[in-house]
This record gives sequence, structure tokens and C-alpha cells, in this order.
Amino acid sequence: MTAVAHTPTTAHHEPMSFWRKYIFSTDHKIIGIQFLFVSLFFLLVGGLLAMQIRWQLGFPGKPLPGGGILPETMVVNGVILPEYYVQLVSMHGTFMVFFAIMPLLVGVYANFLIPLKIGAHDMAFPRINMASFWLALLAGLVMTASFFVPNGPIRSGWTNYAPLAARPDLSGVTVGQMLWCVSIVVLGLSSVLGSLNYITTVINHRAPGMTWFRMPLSVWALFITAILGVLALPVLQGAAIMLLFDNVLGTHFFDPVAGGQALLWQHLFWFFGHPEVYILILPAMGMVSDIIANGSRKPIFGYHSMVFAIIGIAFLGWIVWGHHMFMSGMNPTLGSTFMVSTLLIAVPSAIKVFNWLGTMWRGNLRFHVPMLNAIGFVSMFTIGGLSGIFMAATPVDIPLHDTQFIVAHIHYVLFGGSLFALFAAITYWYPKMFGRMMSHRIGKVHFWLTFVFYNMTFFPMHIIGMGGQMRRIYDPTIYDFLKPQQPLNVFISYSAFALFAVQVLFAFNFLWSLKFGKKAPQNPWDDNGMEWSLPNPAPHGNWERTPNVYRGPYEFSAPEAGDKDFLPQFVKLPTDRDPVPAPLPATH
Amino acid sequence: MTHATQALDQMRPPYPAEPGSGVYSNKLGMWVFLASDVMFFTALIGSYIVLRFGAPGEWARPGAVLNVPLTGLNTFLLICSSVSMVKAYAAIADGKKYFLRKVPGKRLQDGGLKFWLLITIICGAGFVSVQVVEYIKLVGHGFTPAGYREGSLLAEHAAADPIKYGLTVAGLYGSSFFTMTGFHGFHVTCGVISMLYLYFTKVLPEKYSPQDYRGIEVIGLYWHFVDLVWIILFTIVYLI
Repeated sequence: MTAVAHTPTTAHHEPMSFWRKYIFSTDHKIIGIQFLFVSLFFLLVGGLLAMQIRWQLGFPGKPLPGGGILPETMVVNGVILPEYYVQLVSMHGTFMVFFAIMPLLVGVYANFLIPLKIGAHDMAFPRINMASFWLALLAGLVMTASFFVPNGPIRSGWTNYAPLAARPDLSGVTVGQMLWCVSIVVLGLSSVLGSLNYITTVINHRAPGMTWFRMPLSVWALFITAILGVLALPVLQGAAIMLLFDNVLGTHFFDPVAGGQALLWQHLFWFFGHPEVYILILPAMGMVSDIIANGSRKPIFGYHSMVFAIIGIAFLGWIVWGHHMFMSGMNPTLGSTFMVSTLLIAVPSAIKVFNWLGTMWRGNLRFHVPMLNAIGFVSMFTIGGLSGIFMAATPVDIPLHDTQFIVAHIHYVLFGGSLFALFAAITYWYPKMFGRMMSHRIGKVHFWLTFVFYNMTFFPMHIIGMGGQMRRIYDPTIYDFLKPQQPLNVFISYSAFALFAVQVLFAFNFLWSLKFGKKAPQNPWDDNGMEWSLPNPAPHGNWERTPNVYRGPYEFSAPEAGDKDFLPQFVKLPTDRDPVPAPLPATH
Repeated sequence: MTHATQALDQMRPPYPAEPGSGVYSNKLGMWVFLASDVMFFTALIGSYIVLRFGAPGEWARPGAVLNVPLTGLNTFLLICSSVSMVKAYAAIADGKKYFLRKVPGKRLQDGGLKFWLLITIICGAGFVSVQVVEYIKLVGHGFTPAGYREGSLLAEHAAADPIKYGLTVAGLYGSSFFTMTGFHGFHVTCGVISMLYLYFTKVLPEKYSPQDYRGIEVIGLYWHFVDLVWIILFTIVYLI
């Protein structure tokens, strides 16, 4: 065994052409930024679909403003057709889950943050990383293409329940369904390639001194998320392939007429789907932990319990999928099992929430924009988590199943949770990506307006859901018992339009600051992470010499720091000793 | 681990450091990928088990539709390719051996990396070819992913003896058979293509040394995994 397996050398990079540098890049930071632009675009697409849904629910039968540009197969005399409405619902879910939130959290921030925060020069497999981005883009384009084929995109919801999705003669969708399946298979491959990269990088490429329990919680969360991704996405791929064959080759996996099992699709989908839920929230939790510690100027409360809570959530996430299927005709005994395991998840989730509160408690709070959004995340995620407990309990779920209550819940965790965390993360690491700051003033206005309109949009959905309004209903006014709720639907729609309009502020702030934002200082947030030892934006290859890590990531207000209230991981105090580099693994 | 100088070069720019898994990244990445592939085949095989046990009728008897002896021979071919893969690995791991050479005191020659990897490629390609021939014959007889094709030879047999040919669940039989074996065949094809790539870019130019033969070890892991999956598939699809 030799201990001097590497002598740090200067990472040498020749100047590269524009195409090589920004388009076909293998640099993890550029790939992260590519993911950022692409998934923000899909976020916009998903938002536009949501606006059309809200128009139909608020004002059924009224012509959609600007609906004239849509073809006759979607809109007749300006009025949204039922077929198109179902497609809107299905594609809104698909785009938001698979092409907006998931790549925003995992594609952008796992790529961007992992090497920067663990002191690596790049990912373990830069070319596989590039392939992962291009496959994700391809999947997104294939999914978008399904709007332009005969009969349009899928009509069976983003969950694609069989036999509706498996039988073109039932759903009326032919090419769109195939494109959905193909797109999901490609996306799954992209996700697996990305995730195996993140896992390998975190395990093998940590800088000297970056021990497991000196890793920031964002890296922990992204690492655990990658494990979920590697194990969950292939199951969805398998299921999507079977669905594709049902549609194309005439197989009978999910067709009960020929002996197949419709319930099998639900089991496969949710066996993937529930880990997927945690893929969509764990990275948000990790990044919020970093930001809250920074904004509170205190070490994160209960670092180890945070790590084990992440691991606990990830493990429990595998044994709860049946709670999506209480009403599916599954064996009721299984229902109770799934109910217990689901309720158990509340424990690690609560640990995390209490730790965030404990971190903020008596902290020297700095309400910068990321911190505001992070607090928004904690409060909204708590509401979403609590409404989740309603549905986890089988007896309560029976009346709430497939109502707008579910819609409220998913949006509280996915919009109120993940998207607020993303607003925080985008603002926080914007200077590291582009070398400029986003405007604080616009950021604060954007946060408060979003927070208010967001709650006005989604909170009433709990109420109309308990009133019985179905989740994917085309026209709520056709039932007498739903008619008294219609004013609330109108209110939700107005709030939703306002919520969408407010996002213009964010888009403006994001794009304007690219060129005209204030130049960022090297460490704009007085943070401890390894990434702030680099200039903004960080150069290709990150560090010239492999950096040393001297302490954990949350040394805020430490007495050793002297007159400052933070002590970065890369700062060497006179009392610190250099970590001894570990030998590299043998190649044979 | 005495080859620090070679190890230095393996990950440029020098990525280093905290004790990781103790396994170089390519191998670790392949293990992670295999974990995900396990989940993929689990989805397919698990669905097959659920469908078969929940089916409204009896499955076709083993050997009624499928040519078990032919596929048994094919299985043998694939297992042989796994053995030759190990021999290829051993050839480069033991010392820099690329060619066949005489071993003193023995009648047979001892193969090198070039020889054994070529054997592996040939066996793998042979396996896929036999599978393609099998598919063509099956479809010709009327066995399709959707079940027994109407008016085909198999459909006639099945009508005469519905129990033996599992007529009621023929659709499920075809669905699961073609999906599972098809995706296994796809995996073998990918493996053969990767090995051909390595053969021409690394093995023929003799770029591997006893100190660094990562490509061979990583593709070997994949190849043994694919072999293992086939042994499971052969058992549950053909034999029971």
C-alpha cells in the first residue's frame, strides 16, 4: 500500500469552441445549466397546460381565451373538448413530474452541486453525464411530439392506468400512447446513467478530508436520491415497455380480456411511483437544509439525525406503494399493512421538520431570498405532509380518494415543497452558475406574491375535494351536489392565473440578471461550502489543485472563526492538520 | 496494491481521495448499473410470475411450443462464453498475455486475451443468432407475442389439444416469452457490440497491461450478469 497515490497536479484545459464548451459539454456545471434551461422550459409548458385546466374548471363551457389557435380536435368554438381536457390533465402531470421537477432537482443540482461540494474536479464519468442530458432532452422532445400526432397525447392520466392505456380501442389514443412509453423508457435510461454517475462520484471522488459525515446534507440527499433513481426507474421502464408492447405488438400484459391483469400495471407503476415521490422531495430537503443553516447562522440542528432521516425515508419509500391503491380492489389486508408503513414515514419526515425549526430557533436569521423560499418550503411541506396522513389512513382515504383533496396534497408537496426549494436553490447558486446575483428586491416580491397566490390556489382544493369534486372531472357543474362549490372553483382559477402571472417576475429576474445582474462576490452568502472557494462562475475542472477539507459544512458562529460568523470547509486554521490522502484503488 | 504509479493515471485530473469503496470507478459504476438492471429484469420476471399464477388457465406444457433441446444447446453456448470470458480475464490478469502460446510439458496451447475474448464474442454472437433463428421459426409456426396466430399450424395443434398448448392463456404466454427473452437478447447484443468495440480499440492495439485491464473486468461483470439472467430465464420460461 502506498499512501502517496496522487500528487495534485494542475488541471489543464485547452480553450474550447463554443459548441464544445456549451453544447456538447462534458463539464458537470455546463450540463447542470443545460438541464436548468431545458427543465425550466418544460416547467413553463406544464404551467400553460395547468392554466387551460383551470380555465375549464372555473368557467366550463366558456371559450378559452386564445383558444382559436388550437386545432379543431382540441377546441371547438373556443371551448375545450373533453378529450383534450383529459389530455391536458395527463400531460400536465407527465411534464411536471418527469420533465420539470425531477430534472430540476436531480439533473440540475446533482450535476452542479455534487462535484463542487465534495471537492471533485468533475463527475466520475463525464461522457456518460453528457449522454444522460441528451437522452433526457430526447425524451422531452418525444413527449412534446405527442401533441402533434393524430389523436394527440395520452388520455389516461399521468399514471396511465390499464386497461385504458393498454387498449387503443378504449382510449382512442394510438401514436400518443406509444410516444409516452418510448419517452419514459428513454428518460429512465437517462436517469439511470445520471444516477450511477452521482453514486460513483460521491463514493469515490471525495476530496481528502471530505469524510462521509462532513458532507453537506444536500449531497447526502442527492446521493440517496440517486440510489432511489437507480433502483426505481428500471421498474417503470419495464412497465412502460410492457405497456408499449400491449399497444404495438398486441401482447396482453394488462388486458384482462385475454388473461392479463390491470392491477399489475398499478403495482408496477406505484412500486416505481412512490420512490419517485421521494426522488422529487429529498433533494429539495437537502438543499433547504443547507440554506436554512446558512440563513440562521447556526449549525444544522441534529446533522446525524438528518442523515439517518433521509436514509429512513428512502428505505420506507419502498414499502408503501400500496397506499395509492387502497381503492383499486387490492386485498384489504394489504391495505392495513401499507397504511402502517405509510404512517411510519411521518416519523423521519417530522424529525426533519423539527430539525429545521431547531436550526432556526434563536438563530441570527438573515431573510435573504433563498432563506425566505426555504422557510416557505418548510411550512408548505408540513401542510402537505399532514394532508398526506389523512390519505394514508385507509378509512379516511376511502371518501377522499380521487378527489381534488389529492390534487391539493400533491401540489402542497410538489409545488409548495419542491418548487419553493427550487426557487431557493436557483437564487442561492445562481452566482456560482453565472457569476451574477439575482435581484433581491424582485426576488422578495416574487416570493411573497407566489406564497400568497399559491395558498389561495391550492388550499381551497382541500375544501372542494372534501365536498366531493372529482380529481379529473371535466365540468364540475354537471352535478347538482357540486354546483354550490362552483364559486370556489372560480376563485381558485383566478388565483391560479395570478400565480402563473407572478412567475413572470421570476423569469424576468432570472433572464435579466444573466446579463445585468450585480457581479457576485466570491462568497455572496457567507457560506461554508467547498464551492465558494472557487471564483464565480467556477472554471472548467473546478480546482487547480485538489482541495483539502478541514471540517464539516455547518460551522456557523463558531468561536474559532474570529470576527466572522462562518468558518468554511476549505479554510485551514493554524490548529488544523492536512488530511492524509487515501490511496487510489487498484485498477486490477 | 503496489502499482501506485499506474493508479495515478487512471482518473485525470487527479481525483482523489477520501477512502472510497476501494474499487475503481468504472467497476463501481458497472456494479451500480447491474443493480439497476436487476430491477429491470425483476419487473419483467415478477410480472411473468404474477401473470402465470393469476392466469385463468394452464400454461402450455414445457416443450410443447418451444424447442427445449435447441435452447439447451444455446444455453450451453452462453455458459461456455462465460468460461472463455474468465479465461480472457485470467490471461491479462496473470501476465501480459495476448497470444496463444505453448506451455512446456503440456500438449494444449494456452490461449491469450486475444484468443479468449474472440471466443467469447463468437459464442455471444452465436447465441443471438440461434435466438433469432428460433424467433423466426416460432413466428412461422404461428407463435406470436399476441398468442397463436389464427390459421397457423400451432393454432390447429392447440385447437386439437388445448391443455397441452395452454390455449386459454396463449396470449400471456406469447407476451411474456417474447418480452423477457427479447430483452435478454438485446442485452447480449449490447454486450457483443461492446466487446467488439473493446476488441478493436483496446485489445488488438494491446493497450491492456496486468496493471490496468479495467475494460475487460467491467465487461466481464456485465457478461456474467447477462449469463446469470439467462440461466434464470431458461429455467422459468422453458423448463417449468
